[in-house]
Amino acid sequence: MKLSTVIEMKGISKSFPGIKANDNINLSVEKGEIHVLLGENGAGKSTLMNILYGLYQPDEGQIYVKEKAIRISNPNIAITLGIGMVHQHFMLVQPFTVAENIVLGSEPKKGTSLDLDKAVKDVEELSKKYELKVDPNSLISDISVGMQQRVEILKTLYRGADILILDEPTAVLTPQEIEELGIILKSLVNQGKTIILITHKLKEVMAMSDRVTIIRRGKVIDTLHTKDTNIDELAEKMVGRKVNLQVEKSDKQAASPVLEVKGLKALDTRGLEAVKGVDFEVRGGEILGIAGVDGNGQTQLLQALTGLQKPTAGEVLLNGKEITALPPRDVIESGVGHIPEDRHKRGLVLNFSLAENAILGSHRNKNFRGRFGMNYPKIREHARRLIHDFDVRTPNENVEARSLSGGNQQKMIIAREVDRDPGLCIAAQPTRGLDVGAIEFVHKRLVELRDSGKAVLLVSLELDEIMSLSDRIAVMYDGKIVAIVDAKDATEKKLGILMAGGSLQDEK
Amino acid sequence: MEGIWLIISIIVPATIRSATPLIFTALGGNFSERSGVVNIGLEGIMTVGAFGAVYFSYITGSPWMGLLGAMVVGGLFGLLLAFLSINFKANQVIVGTAINILAASLTTFLLVEVWGRPGQTNSVSAFSNWGPFNIFTYLAFILVAVSYYVMFKTPFGLRLRAVGEHPKAADTLGVNVQLTRYICVVLSGVLGGIGGASLSIGSLNLFKEGMVAGRGFIALAALIFGKWNPLGAAGACLFFGFAVALETVSSNLPIPREFIFAMPYILTMFAVSGFIGKSVAPAASGVPYEKGER
Amino acid sequence: MENKVSEFKARLQQNTKAIAYPLIAILLSFIVGGIIVAAFGNDPIVAYTAMFKGSLGSWSNFGETLVSVTPLILTGLSVAFAFRCGLFNIGAEGQFIIGSVAAVWAGWAIKGIPALLHVLLVLLIGAAVGGIWGGVVGWLKAKVGSHEVINSIMMNYIAMYFSNYIVMNLLNEPDKAFSHAIADTAKLWRFAETITVFKGSRVHMGIVVALIVAVFAYYLLNKTVRGYEIRAVGFNPYAAEYGGINVPRNVVLAMFISGVFAGLAGAIMVTGIQFRVNNLFGFTGYGLDGIAVALVGNNHPIGVILSAFLFGVLQKGGPMMQLKGVPKEVVGIIQGIIILFVAVNFIKVMIERYSEKQKIKKGSVEGEGK
Repeated sequence: MKLSTVIEMKGISKSFPGIKANDNINLSVEKGEIHVLLGENGAGKSTLMNILYGLYQPDEGQIYVKEKAIRISNPNIAITLGIGMVHQHFMLVQPFTVAENIVLGSEPKKGTSLDLDKAVKDVEELSKKYELKVDPNSLISDISVGMQQRVEILKTLYRGADILILDEPTAVLTPQEIEELGIILKSLVNQGKTIILITHKLKEVMAMSDRVTIIRRGKVIDTLHTKDTNIDELAEKMVGRKVNLQVEKSDKQAASPVLEVKGLKALDTRGLEAVKGVDFEVRGGEILGIAGVDGNGQTQLLQALTGLQKPTAGEVLLNGKEITALPPRDVIESGVGHIPEDRHKRGLVLNFSLAENAILGSHRNKNFRGRFGMNYPKIREHARRLIHDFDVRTPNENVEARSLSGGNQQKMIIAREVDRDPGLCIAAQPTRGLDVGAIEFVHKRLVELRDSGKAVLLVSLELDEIMSLSDRIAVMYDGKIVAIVDAKDATEKKLGILMAGGSLQDEK
Repeated sequence: MEGIWLIISIIVPATIRSATPLIFTALGGNFSERSGVVNIGLEGIMTVGAFGAVYFSYITGSPWMGLLGAMVVGGLFGLLLAFLSINFKANQVIVGTAINILAASLTTFLLVEVWGRPGQTNSVSAFSNWGPFNIFTYLAFILVAVSYYVMFKTPFGLRLRAVGEHPKAADTLGVNVQLTRYICVVLSGVLGGIGGASLSIGSLNLFKEGMVAGRGFIALAALIFGKWNPLGAAGACLFFGFAVALETVSSNLPIPREFIFAMPYILTMFAVSGFIGKSVAPAASGVPYEKGER
Repeated sequence: MENKVSEFKARLQQNTKAIAYPLIAILLSFIVGGIIVAAFGNDPIVAYTAMFKGSLGSWSNFGETLVSVTPLILTGLSVAFAFRCGLFNIGAEGQFIIGSVAAVWAGWAIKGIPALLHVLLVLLIGAAVGGIWGGVVGWLKAKVGSHEVINSIMMNYIAMYFSNYIVMNLLNEPDKAFSHAIADTAKLWRFAETITVFKGSRVHMGIVVALIVAVFAYYLLNKTVRGYEIRAVGFNPYAAEYGGINVPRNVVLAMFISGVFAGLAGAIMVTGIQFRVNNLFGFTGYGLDGIAVALVGNNHPIGVILSAFLFGVLQKGGPMMQLKGVPKEVVGIIQGIIILFVAVNFIKVMIERYSEKQKIKKGSVEGEGK
């Protein structure tokens, strides 16, 4: 069987203000393969695919689809060419039904009217054909994340796509669901589809792909056949230097409990119970990692611990003192540092200067006050010290936090929270969206904190991060902590089963 | 018994008459807001519509040309709002406020320039009544049905609602977000213009300074009260019209007339605050769409 | 030391930009206004000369201009202050109206206390009632999350009808469409009483009060912990909450303070100029103009003073143009265009788009991990 090239991108360049996202990129994808675009956050993978899908225009370069040169100036053209895209953040209109979302933009008509009955029938047929079960009449807001991903895939198939682009499709799935997705993708390939997968996760590349193209800082580094490569080689090509995937960490005896959580319950924004009674403790000198798939109550647990929302039951003790349901200010003042999971939403006031951000949470501190109001010279001096100590790359402390890169913003937050010398540090998704250099820095700081005898509570969706940093691992599923295991005994498979709600007894 | 019948026969037509201009404008606001553009400038759009209707009726002698003129002028102001808030991503509330100020001063200025005196214009030829109402009332009720059909039963309606809820989702499916918003905002200007015309060459036959008197804001209130649905908005307009109609017989009522006047506003506050069934705006309403956002 | 110099430079540059953009917008608007005047067959130079002479040409004209400037500073501050907390207070008009009525009541009903005390008490009551009127909007926003724009528009109308009810029933001057007058002890001191150059103008202590309030607002926002919290909430309420800041409390407080400024404006108009309140058929315009003043003043207290002055000149000078045969409504058009220009940051957007394109052309390569 002769392979034919379905997508050929030649010399693609694209700039955004201050950054060249794509720099003379060449990519060719063959019919019927699963082709992975591998690269770190911000490497330019999504930009390239958005160009292919017609959402951005390249500054330079030429695209060939099925060996014909073509300009894709909007998604409509991509769609008629048979290209479909499943975005990392789902593009679904919440108050619409599944069927309405699928037909939007190419609606079946009866006269001038929208033919909703036909839409429902079409969706039913489609989901039967590809064995992607969905209920066309459900509202998006009522269905699960996995289901929403199916709707996204169906959206592309409804438009007759034979080339599917999936942008980081596994971020929200359990290891088992990822396996299922792998099966779905294989069966799509068997039905003649071609798949381009964007990811930064090396294991998925090995498990799912036929070929892989590695992109670093906007440039293509290499294209390889998956069967001819291995994880270490891919990691090195992705980052540009040898990477030590292991975190250096000495053995340490944990001290007495710093944080004790007993029977904690909390609701989500819809008023449903999201945290259903959890118990655990974090001791001084240890990192307790909470593993789990997104949306299993981690966010609500964090908010209930830090005072951002009121728990509905249970108690939280810090060094034996009750801090349950205290407002954030009192939690901060009792000695809790918090690296929030969304640094743009919670961690920084992007329009504030670094100096003003450096005191967020301790702005009432007497040290920063003068006789009349706040003592800005002193605040700036404090910020300069943090910037120096934590190696934040910035022209000075007066620039807006907005102007810094993600890694430096995160360093600023960590500097602020660690400098306060908290007894307990809560780190939520501390490396999300960072490049490898910044990730290593963050990991080092968290381990240092642990080594100095502080308690660290780490919540992360990245299983690798949890496994390499934690002393003990708690697995959270459906609002409960289903198991707490010693990091030494944990394997990815075991944790995966627990994260999916299984139990280890069934395994044997 | 006869007294009650008399009151009803006064109040019902009066309710419908005062609701008429509100209905047009509320329908217009509905399109704009459903597509994601907040239109605080409805008051100003009604004002220029009212003036434009009189001006074009004055120079052509035909109220039909007046109506057409009102639609064009209103549409142009809608276009201004669309241009500034879609292309320049300006704060929509601020642009709307600027439009209100501009409309008030522009019309009083032109009033003086064209008719040579402040206050009000000369009488022009206006629409006469067909049966109990003038043409605007019938048109209003037809447009309610048409708007409902367009918004909820056609592909365009599905798209415009998608654009107001999740513009990026619509964009990725090839729906032209900017064009959709342009159409809806200009449409809101045209409808607001008709609303203004229904005051100046429908209920009256001239333009007076300040004649819109907050009706643009009441229409805004009505569309919120009606939960961004043409039928609901029309119902709210009738209800607010009823409040005005009550005023005509208020000497017989035990409540102060100022309270009746204030009622639509108080009820709207209750509605947006969720005390009588929460009104939730379209999710992307008021948010400029950044295509290249990363 | 070097740090301080560069810091000063950066700040200067920033401030120059902040002032330059509105200035260009104002200039452009005057040009557009001039074109309109010329289009209708009048001489724009004559018109503008008349306007500036009429507003600044003599001490008494200047004094009268200050009379217009005084409430505009305060309503402008009202809108600007709320804006810094992320709130769009369209309700300064209603807070102004309700503050005026409260002031009339206090000026009329309270009797037999010394003049200074009486004036202060009247101003305080007007300010407080305006604050409560604004605070309700803030409370609704904080408590149930309902939008302050809608609520404050609605409360403008409610204030107007409520005020009319009081004026026509509780404080009614028999057979008149206005209220009782306030007592002489409740009236603000006028400059003309001792400074003879101001003879023929009604300029009063209110302007001094307004300026003091502006300085106070600046200090509160930029130099105090409270101001830090209010600005943090304005930029990002989620981060503020995370930083231990009580968001609902600051929202209510900011709207209250905003209402205090607008209510004070109303009270000052009553005690300085009107001495009573009319039965209103429409808005007074002071609160609505406050939106424009705040916008042009870039929501900065000092900017608000300057832009209030500009609008005062326009409003006082407009009628003088009328004497030269140019309709005074031209002034309104100029105001509207200024707001449009400033609102869209027209010039800024154009310059930024241009320089962005230049940057892309140069293709400056910067990785995200810089």
